Amino acid sequence: MSTSLQASAEQPRLVVRNLSTSFPTEDGLVRSVADVSFMIHPGKTTALVGESGSGKSVTSLTLMRLLAKTANARVSGEAHFVTREGRTVDLLALSDREMRSLRGNQLAMIFQEPMTSLNPVITIGEQIAESVRLHKGLDHGAALAQAKRMLDLVEIPASAQRLHEYPHQLSGGMRQRVMIALAMACDPTLLIADEPTTALDVTIQAQILVLMRRLQAETGMSILFITHNLGVVAHHANDVVVLYAGRVVEHAPVRPLFGAPEHPYTQGLLACLPGKAHAAGQPRPKRLFAIRGQVSSPLSPPPGCAFEPRCDQAQSLCTQAMPALVDTSASRQARCVRVPAAVIAKAA
Amino acid sequence: MQLPRIVRQLMHRRIVMLSAVVLIVITVLALGAPWFASADPNDTAVLDRLKAPSSAHLLGTDELGRDMYARIVHGARYSLAIAALTALGSMLAGTVLGLVAGFFRRLDAPLMRIVDAMMAFPDILLAIALVAILGPTLLNVVLALVLVYTPRVARVVRASTLVVRELLFVEAVRALGVRTSRILWRHILPNLLSPIMVQASFIFAYAILAEAGLSFLGVGVPPEIPTWGTMVAGSQQYADKAFWVVLFPGLAIIFTALSLQLLGDGVRDLLDPKLKKTL
Amino acid sequence: MYRYLASRLAGMLAVLAIVAVIVFVLTRAASGDPISVLLGDQATAEDIARVQKDYGLDKPLPVQFGYWVREVLQGNLGQSIFLQRPVTQALWERAEPTTFLALMAVAIAAVIGIPCGIVSAVYRGRPVDQLFTGVAMLGASIPSFWFGIVLIQMFSVSLGWFPVSGYGAPGAPLAERLHSLILPAAVLGILNSALIIRFTRASMLDVLGEDYVRTARSKGLPESTVVLKHALRNALVPIVTVLGLTVALMIGGAVVTETVFGLPGVGNLVVSAVLRRDYPVIQGALLVVAAIYVLINFSIDLLYVAVDPRVKL
Repeated sequence: MSTSLQASAEQPRLVVRNLSTSFPTEDGLVRSVADVSFMIHPGKTTALVGESGSGKSVTSLTLMRLLAKTANARVSGEAHFVTREGRTVDLLALSDREMRSLRGNQLAMIFQEPMTSLNPVITIGEQIAESVRLHKGLDHGAALAQAKRMLDLVEIPASAQRLHEYPHQLSGGMRQRVMIALAMACDPTLLIADEPTTALDVTIQAQILVLMRRLQAETGMSILFITHNLGVVAHHANDVVVLYAGRVVEHAPVRPLFGAPEHPYTQGLLACLPGKAHAAGQPRPKRLFAIRGQVSSPLSPPPGCAFEPRCDQAQSLCTQAMPALVDTSASRQARCVRVPAAVIAKAA
Repeated sequence: MQLPRIVRQLMHRRIVMLSAVVLIVITVLALGAPWFASADPNDTAVLDRLKAPSSAHLLGTDELGRDMYARIVHGARYSLAIAALTALGSMLAGTVLGLVAGFFRRLDAPLMRIVDAMMAFPDILLAIALVAILGPTLLNVVLALVLVYTPRVARVVRASTLVVRELLFVEAVRALGVRTSRILWRHILPNLLSPIMVQASFIFAYAILAEAGLSFLGVGVPPEIPTWGTMVAGSQQYADKAFWVVLFPGLAIIFTALSLQLLGDGVRDLLDPKLKKTL
Repeated sequence: MYRYLASRLAGMLAVLAIVAVIVFVLTRAASGDPISVLLGDQATAEDIARVQKDYGLDKPLPVQFGYWVREVLQGNLGQSIFLQRPVTQALWERAEPTTFLALMAVAIAAVIGIPCGIVSAVYRGRPVDQLFTGVAMLGASIPSFWFGIVLIQMFSVSLGWFPVSGYGAPGAPLAERLHSLILPAAVLGILNSALIIRFTRASMLDVLGEDYVRTARSKGLPESTVVLKHALRNALVPIVTVLGLTVALMIGGAVVTETVFGLPGVGNLVVSAVLRRDYPVIQGALLVVAAIYVLINFSIDLLYVAVDPRVKL
């Protein structure tokens, strides 16, 4: 399988190669993530798109090494991360201590549920300050001052007062801002955002996304944005990785992906968007489009391509083997037999 | 015939299986006491007092020369019978109480207050008081213990009933006009069987310990009846000279109670995730 | 918040009322003749007349209950037949050994149980957890009187470290009295730590599965900080509840332990009262013990309000 993509002028911040995560269960081995590879460049946003169960959350948790120990996950692959100091480390191979020094520091994460992601019995100021004390070595007062600066950064009003308040005194949108403040407190170079706006009202969603864009522009951090919302992807991502049943099925920059999706699944996803449900020049159809069928159980995957049972363009070839992920152009990849691999001239 | 999935899953857990085996052995020994322990448990032989364990007397003899092994095996019959009857009685009474409280909203608060009040008394104290009223016979001890443990079962059954009641199919069945008693019997009760069984296992264990405690204090069954508790009570002053007279009945209690609790725990662990999945 | 407290208070009073009814009914059922219960055999005609008036013995039973409650609320729990003393006085004299025993036992149970429970939860499924959980099960299967006898054999008879029984010579200093409580407190404490271990473990497991613990880990905090600062603080409230309930359990456990160790406490008093058919004492002791249990539960409810920042006004 070829993984060569167009070399970027700068070194990528994160290079993920052949990441696989499996969980042994009483009913068998569940392969949540299989053979996932992608890159994130400094200052850019890569979106990880997929429906529930596609493995996107597990991917992020695997990269952060936050999977529950009791889950007994089997992880393989590499995740090369370039630190602030310029060293390249494999996140999956680091010791616990080394990983901890990166987490919350250079590598930060915000989660989906702001309502339950903050500790209810510790003040907001302290929750941010402890991160700063740990990674930046500041003392109590200085850390708290930094916490206040972070609250200002995420546009929370009355920040001095909020420092001493508890999470339950804030609304959902505010709490998510606090989560962002927490994540940014030590100036990370890579932020993993696992569906940060899914649990919020639509108007708040927009505010949070704008905030994240601004922070990215100001600090130059990279964002791995995990979502199932294509509208968000269209407006905020530079690069899109589409996951289905734990595998990458398409990878492209955002405009080409939306303009000309290659994989039938991506085409289906885009067809579901009400505004896009028709080709240009044709009358708008009366019914909303939905991809037929459901994702197969991870315990009994189809023999060939995982999407084949739901694909209107399936051929007999599709049931015989899982298609390989091939380069379809200098910056795009797809996992489908209908899409021809491009021959890319190697740089001399 | 394929064994039900529960039983197959149980078999994978070694400790639970071991406990079940131990319990079966104890029960078999108790039921077939005359065959497994040939010596007469009441046969006093003053010459053989307080003899240490030997080939003649596997577990030694007590202060009246009676063979300890025979006494323990025969005593198992009484201890187990009392505990089993207690578990049965409190299961029945507690289920009725809990079902009614859980299903009929208006009866819930008053019934639960009564349950709370009964549980405000320490188990042993309440049992002592009840036996004092009813009189110290074997059946009265059972009755007293049933009254002590019924509130516990009632609470568990009520909690499960509340959950099951909220399931949509109960509403549907009610909407069809099915009689309440039929709803309770055919629809709700079957869903309660698992937690009830688990509780029964624990109550069995508590009852063995409680009966032993009561007999030890002298306020349980009359001392002539050889339960494990009366054995310890009768022999405790000889503990320093002949420790085995106290050690072995105690070990019998411990093994039985432990096996029961491990079994109950194991079954509950198995049923719990299932409960969460189906509910 | 006040509404919460008011409803809790109402519930407590209701339970106390039912407790009183139960105790009244039980004692009447046992004793039959209330006059001899209250006065013993040496009653004069005046005494009988007075008691009949005070307790309304010529009136119907529910009214008698009312009279009895009134007496109780005035602090009159009747007269001990055997000890020739007011029940309240008898209970008060016996209160000290039982109270100290209960408190020491709870302390031992907590010191053993909470750390073991935390370790069990953190290392869930591993050998440490299985060991602690197994030991906890074992502890819940050992009869306390047997364990007491065994410990007496080992530590008092063989090693001579503790008195075999008793609460120190009359007038003995506090240190000597407490010393005689160490072994019985160890018996109660060790056996009841089983419950604390299991409960702490369950509570910690619940908390460790919460989202905010994952957030704490994502900040790169060392695991000890995550467990002790972020998780434990949230798990503590249910654990404190169980500790409160354990105090109540200790009072029940004291009954057997005091008998084994010959301690002049309330438990011992109740047992001898039952054997001697001293009904006023039985009645008074049951009422007091149950009332203490209910009050402890209520105090724990109050504690919830104080400790949980979410319930503040």
